Amino acid sequence: MALDTVSGDDKLVIAGREFGSRLIIGTGKYETYEQNARAAEAAGVEMVTVAVRRVNLTDKTQPRLTDHVSPETYTFLPNTAGCFTADDAIRTLRLAREAGGWSLVKLEVLSDQKTLYPDMSETLKAAELLIKDGFEVMVYCSDDPVYARRLEEAGCCAIMPLGSLIGSGLGIMNPVNIRLIVEQSRVPVIVDAGVGTASDAAVAMELGCDGVLMNTAIAEAKDPIRMARAMKHAVIAGREAYHAGRMPRKRYADPSSPLAGLI
Amino acid sequence: MQIKLNGEDFEVNDGTSLTALIEKLGLNPKSVAVERNLEIVPKSLHAVTKLCSGDRIEIVEFVGGG
Repeated sequence: MALDTVSGDDKLVIAGREFGSRLIIGTGKYETYEQNARAAEAAGVEMVTVAVRRVNLTDKTQPRLTDHVSPETYTFLPNTAGCFTADDAIRTLRLAREAGGWSLVKLEVLSDQKTLYPDMSETLKAAELLIKDGFEVMVYCSDDPVYARRLEEAGCCAIMPLGSLIGSGLGIMNPVNIRLIVEQSRVPVIVDAGVGTASDAAVAMELGCDGVLMNTAIAEAKDPIRMARAMKHAVIAGREAYHAGRMPRKRYADPSSPLAGLI
Repeated sequence: MQIKLNGEDFEVNDGTSLTALIEKLGLNPKSVAVERNLEIVPKSLHAVTKLCSGDRIEIVEFVGGG
């Protein structure tokens, strides 16, 4: 992505849509949807991921996501969490498009329950079919630069490599690969999964990523609202630091005070 | 007659439309998506789609997720 030089004009553009915030959060695992809504507000996000599930027919008193986090306020990014084949993911997203009317989606095709690691061959297959069907696909993927390139060539509108396993909070395990993906990509690169705390989000942004997507880091913090606020600042700080350009690393000390005039 | 609704047996009157089913269930028709025998039924066709015995109906909505 081209560097934007003016911070105020530094928008995230995905499939022609502009976002002022580079943070995207999930809507899972919160104690309540009400807490979720307050976290989204504290994080200053404009986009949230949502899941597609059977309506609850047995208990109609259950709270509804959309009563608290509204698609009028936030861009809903339907996901395919829980899908382990391309066919399941495509079926889910077609239902999401019918339910919401949006074609911007998050594709994830997982390989096994233990790691929830993306199954890249199924992911690529699903991406190709979805794009042919008119979807705008933001794709959860491994941090393999080769597959990331193939997904971009297939027409995905955002490449979203994992920092580490979903819900693990282990941070950015392979910054070198993330950087390689950033350098080669002409669509936004968003680290999705693995962020545990604010410094992880800052690291992702300092690597030149265009955004960060997280859920558990905020939802399972002791104080989710405060962590949401921390993540907002971390993403801004990391982005600013990336644009500012860090100083070179040196092996020895370099005094900050002048040597001249020393008594 | 009997249909499968979200995987469970469900009894409906003959000639029930999807619109009537959604209303009976107390759901907001704007925020759900319906699949009938693995085919999506667009909202515009809910009123004219009559359920048949043995239909497998899935009704989904957005919930919290990461």
